[in-house]
Amino acid sequence: MAGKFDLDDDSVVVVIGSGAGGGTLANELAQKGVKVVCLEAGARYEIQDFVNNEWESFAQLAWRDPRTTSGSWRVAQDFPGLPAWIVKAVGGTTTHWAGASLRFQDHEWKARTHYGEIKDAALLDWPIDGAEMAPWYAKAEQKMGTTGTNGIPRLPGNNNFKVFHAGATRIGYTDVHTGNMSINSQPRDGRGSCQQLGFCFQGCKTGAKWSTLYTEIPKGEATGRLEVRPESHVLRIEHDASGKVTAVVYADRTGALQRQKARVVALAGNSIESPRMLLNSESSMFRHGLANNSGHVGRHYMRHTTGSVYGIFEKPVHMHRGTVMAGIARDEARLDTSRGFVGGYELETISLGLPFLGAFLDPGSWGRDFTAAVDAFDYMAGMWIVGEDMPRATNRITLNGEVKDQFGMPVANVHYDDHENDIAMRNHAYRQGQAVYEAVGARRTLLTPPYPSTHNLGTNRMSEKPEDGVVNRWGQSHEISNLFISDGSQFTTGAAENPTLTIVALAIRQADHLAGLMARNEV
Amino acid sequence: MRTVDRIDVMSRRNFIGRSAGTAALLAASPVISGKAHAAEALKTAPAFAMPALVRMARDLYPHDRLPDSIYEIAVAIIDEQLAGDADGKVTLGQGVGELDAAASALKGVPYLSIAEEQDRVEVLKSLEKAGSPFFGAMRSSMITALYNQEEIWANFGYEGSSAEKGGYLHRGFDDLDWLPA
Repeated sequence: MAGKFDLDDDSVVVVIGSGAGGGTLANELAQKGVKVVCLEAGARYEIQDFVNNEWESFAQLAWRDPRTTSGSWRVAQDFPGLPAWIVKAVGGTTTHWAGASLRFQDHEWKARTHYGEIKDAALLDWPIDGAEMAPWYAKAEQKMGTTGTNGIPRLPGNNNFKVFHAGATRIGYTDVHTGNMSINSQPRDGRGSCQQLGFCFQGCKTGAKWSTLYTEIPKGEATGRLEVRPESHVLRIEHDASGKVTAVVYADRTGALQRQKARVVALAGNSIESPRMLLNSESSMFRHGLANNSGHVGRHYMRHTTGSVYGIFEKPVHMHRGTVMAGIARDEARLDTSRGFVGGYELETISLGLPFLGAFLDPGSWGRDFTAAVDAFDYMAGMWIVGEDMPRATNRITLNGEVKDQFGMPVANVHYDDHENDIAMRNHAYRQGQAVYEAVGARRTLLTPPYPSTHNLGTNRMSEKPEDGVVNRWGQSHEISNLFISDGSQFTTGAAENPTLTIVALAIRQADHLAGLMARNEV
Repeated sequence: MRTVDRIDVMSRRNFIGRSAGTAALLAASPVISGKAHAAEALKTAPAFAMPALVRMARDLYPHDRLPDSIYEIAVAIIDEQLAGDADGKVTLGQGVGELDAAASALKGVPYLSIAEEQDRVEVLKSLEKAGSPFFGAMRSSMITALYNQEEIWANFGYEGSSAEKGGYLHRGFDDLDWLPA
């Protein structure tokens, strides 16, 4: 029986957001006896509500509340109102994600030490490292059922992967496989195994893909100590004269404002809304935004270098059949400055359906050259680049005073300019991707610019010293001891790997630490 | 290799409800069959403007295997969206006037009278370069108005929804057999 807590109950932990960070933290705390109210801006859609239709699903699940963009990145030109493709629903972006679950490489925790001083970048070492995170990663992989770990067999490769694997191995890559995926290859944890539906991005209709929606959330609710409130859109966080957070103000599904008191607040609204909530919570004590006397809230926004390569072949591929992310080549994830850049990148297969291909293959393009490519839909294989982009103080989330949302709150503006390291890495990845497909006979390759960001990181970063970031090694605010950040905005640097496994591992660890602090009355 | 079962998809032509999903995105009325749609009057342009708009739609996104009826539906969808637009800045009637004016200026004849596709494309490029809001609305709206019509998916080999069919695990997800050994 799910918990039900009073608005005036100031003994609860309020978790804002129900995705990889918030959903995991909420459950982990509930399991440890902590009372949790989880406020989710989006509605609650269960598996039966998901649709195998790209635009219909997008309308259902995607965050479409207004945001603005600026900077030289192409997303600002092609999709000015849609800087990110993330989810507004219970489960957060874990309903949409493709399932890739990779650990950071050891050196990536210390990017500043290993990459050195990079001009116009704000590289910084994380205050934690691979050795400390190893046991938490192990817990996360066990929790999520990650293939390639815990004796869980890797998924079989679909047609898109077969083309990728053949080309990748021909050009000499050796670290090529169907990935560490949090998608059941066998029934596990009360969920069935993957049926290769091909609509991973639209919510997994078999439940084979891990999502907090049908794992962490119901497990937490079963303790009686977790209450999830959907359609509860947080506007600001309040604090008292001593500088401790005391309550969260949110709009409920009727639009009426509610105030939930809190002993602790954990913010997990993803990397655009989390800093926005802090900035919108400014006060006389926190003139630059709550917990932002350091000035770093919203800064160092990262989205990975991304971009895609599609290959067109003489014979059909049917890339849409089966898992959207069906395999990986990890050879370029290494640190190797002889390539002309610091950091590394992963190459991962991706597929789109016809409707999305029309929209994202080459935004703005029209005419016969474009339609000749679309005509070859069934003869296409696709891959996506995931590379480490540079944190920059000027890439940041700020409040747009001229644009207000439906509650009268200033919306987030996302400003981004590629660093020359990002451009060098992406160009290298484009060339390697083309080489992969040409090695197995592609007659044409297409280079696609980055989509609206599905990886959003860094805007409340961890730092050893308070003057360098927003939170400490536990995700706890340097300035407010009962305020925590629990999503990817904690990331000091982005590494080359998809972020979800790291977000979940950090949340499990944070829950352990926070429960201890509460038991000792230290928060 | 298993090829797409075109008969299976074509028989879904009658399921109007399946197209209702696009309405959520497009805020337009559901897609109905091509012939019926073409007979209906446009809301933001006179009926005689339809052939020029259909020509333009095809020139923007030419797929030779697709019949005109598909492009008529696309134009009708865009018309519906513009009619519902609170701004009302762009109408297809005004747009077709702009189109013919540009065609006359560049080629001396109305758009529909230009015989060669590459010449019509030149006219369209001039509108794009001038930053015409009508051109911008047509081009960007065509992406969903055209590619989100379920009726055409089988033409491209896209098989659509798969959950109700048990996914592709037993329907060819890994049946590719032509890679060099």
